[in-house]
Amino acid sequence: MSERGNLIATVRNVWKSYDQGRVTVLQDVSLEVRVGEVVALWGASGSGKSTLLHLLGGLDVPDRGELQVCGLDPRSEEDRLKLRRHHLGFVFQLHNLIPDLTVEENVRVPALAIGRPAGETLARIQELAAQVGISHRLNHRIQDLSGGERQRTAICRALVNAPRLLLADEPTGSLDEKTGDAVFGLLKSLATKERITVILATHERRFAEACDRIVRVRDGRLVDV
Amino acid sequence: MRFLSLVFTNLRRHRLRAFIGVAGIAFGVAAMLTILAIVNGAIGMFERILSTDSHFLVFEKNVSDLFFSSVPDEDAKAMAALAVVESAHPLLFGVVSSPGFPVITCFGLDPADPRLAKAEWRTGTRADFGARRGEIFLGSRAAEFLGAKAGGDIAIGPATFRVGGIFKTENGFEDGGVFLPMKDAQEFFHKPGVCSVVAVKLRDQARGAEFKRDIESAHPRLIALENREFNQSYNSFRILKMTAWAVGLCAFLLGGLGVANTMLLSVFSRIREIAVLRVCGFSQRQVSALIFGEAAAVAAGGLVVGLSLGSAVLAILPHIPQFQGYVQASVKPVVLLGIVVTSLVTAVVGAIYPARFAGSIQPAEALRYE
Repeated sequence: MSERGNLIATVRNVWKSYDQGRVTVLQDVSLEVRVGEVVALWGASGSGKSTLLHLLGGLDVPDRGELQVCGLDPRSEEDRLKLRRHHLGFVFQLHNLIPDLTVEENVRVPALAIGRPAGETLARIQELAAQVGISHRLNHRIQDLSGGERQRTAICRALVNAPRLLLADEPTGSLDEKTGDAVFGLLKSLATKERITVILATHERRFAEACDRIVRVRDGRLVDV
Repeated sequence: MRFLSLVFTNLRRHRLRAFIGVAGIAFGVAAMLTILAIVNGAIGMFERILSTDSHFLVFEKNVSDLFFSSVPDEDAKAMAALAVVESAHPLLFGVVSSPGFPVITCFGLDPADPRLAKAEWRTGTRADFGARRGEIFLGSRAAEFLGAKAGGDIAIGPATFRVGGIFKTENGFEDGGVFLPMKDAQEFFHKPGVCSVVAVKLRDQARGAEFKRDIESAHPRLIALENREFNQSYNSFRILKMTAWAVGLCAFLLGGLGVANTMLLSVFSRIREIAVLRVCGFSQRQVSALIFGEAAAVAAGGLVVGLSLGSAVLAILPHIPQFQGYVQASVKPVVLLGIVVTSLVTAVVGAIYPARFAGSIQPAEALRYE
């Protein structure tokens, strides 16, 4: 069990480039995140926030540098799978839900990956749905939901396996202001309630300022940490 | 929802694609079932013609087909006189035509042939067979398609015969064929004093080796084979069987390509979705299993539809007059098993590349560029 104040994610001198090294996205980035923090990676579009989140989440590997998340090394395939299955939850700007599945089925997908018992998963889904206010939508298909409801569904999916760290990449980016505020508020209150550490990539200052800590990302470097 | 239910959900979401995949396999299955059942049925019928109440077949060595075999009458008589032999019945095969029916099998028999005794005589009796010159006897199916009645005349090749009797046999070839007494058949086919094959029944089947030795020494131009040996070694049977499997496999190959195409399209259109599954904790193996599962489900669906379709075709074919009763399908369990295995293997092989591709999708890349 991690205790509040301990490190949950460490990034040391990480570099990442694309297009065979022609486009450098992250340059010598170092960062420490402690258990229970809600950290904002704040920066303009293309600054490298999403890439840093992807590296932390094991969706991509760095060219150089060291990473440790929840005591695991996201550079190793084995650890990456463990991270995604048991320790991390992801929320994207585009909800990335599976069309034609119902809300309940979408939320259940991460539980299927780890073979969690169906009954236990259902109880968890109902609990989360009640918290985000979509209990009445569980049997509806994704196509029938509003943007805010879709993002709430995505948040439930990210939390269904009770992760320790939530990585949210512009979770309010595709929502109108009012819905965005509601979703952000929900995310924050759930993080507190579920005792989850959150790293949030956002370009909106008001959301960044509402977090415990702001890490500014500019041209692939971290400034004002 | 369990892991496997994702397989069916995905197929349901892409119904048209799934239908095309199922149809590809179904046509392969139906083609293979129909062809093999017809060929095996035909071979079975021919085997039964030869093995009616006999243990051995004696015919000319090194002939490509029994139609070209010539066994002299005196050799047949000598065989019948052997101590180990209970009966020896000569058979002469030929093909005749009648107006509107270019190919009809004709059998030259002696009146004592056991198939005449076993037949269900519709008109005439066994005693009539060979009693009068110029008479021909018809299988009931042949009588039906030739529109012939006992006592009437029918044109066979350049000659006209009087129908001496009509009988029904269980064998489709025989029932769709015409029968001449041996002497008349030899005359008609310009093969005086010879038959095609002699069907020999031994007094004691255990003395088969002795009989074979006797034939080899006394009749070096001839060969004696047990019915089982004959069925396994007869070239025409082997060629028929191999052709049937080859045609069936080609049909499956097309079905397999259909599945590969369907699965590949399915994967390409779901790259982002597969990336999301990976983000949600699905391993490469689980993603591949999902694709293989979909392919297997398509194959299973194709199998059910194909077997139903093939069975329907096999049920209808014997009732089509143009086939003259020659279609008597035989569905052997081993053939069914072969079809099931082939369809599943085809689908799984067709899914190998799509599954590998799906498993190799990198989540970050897919989410970044989609």
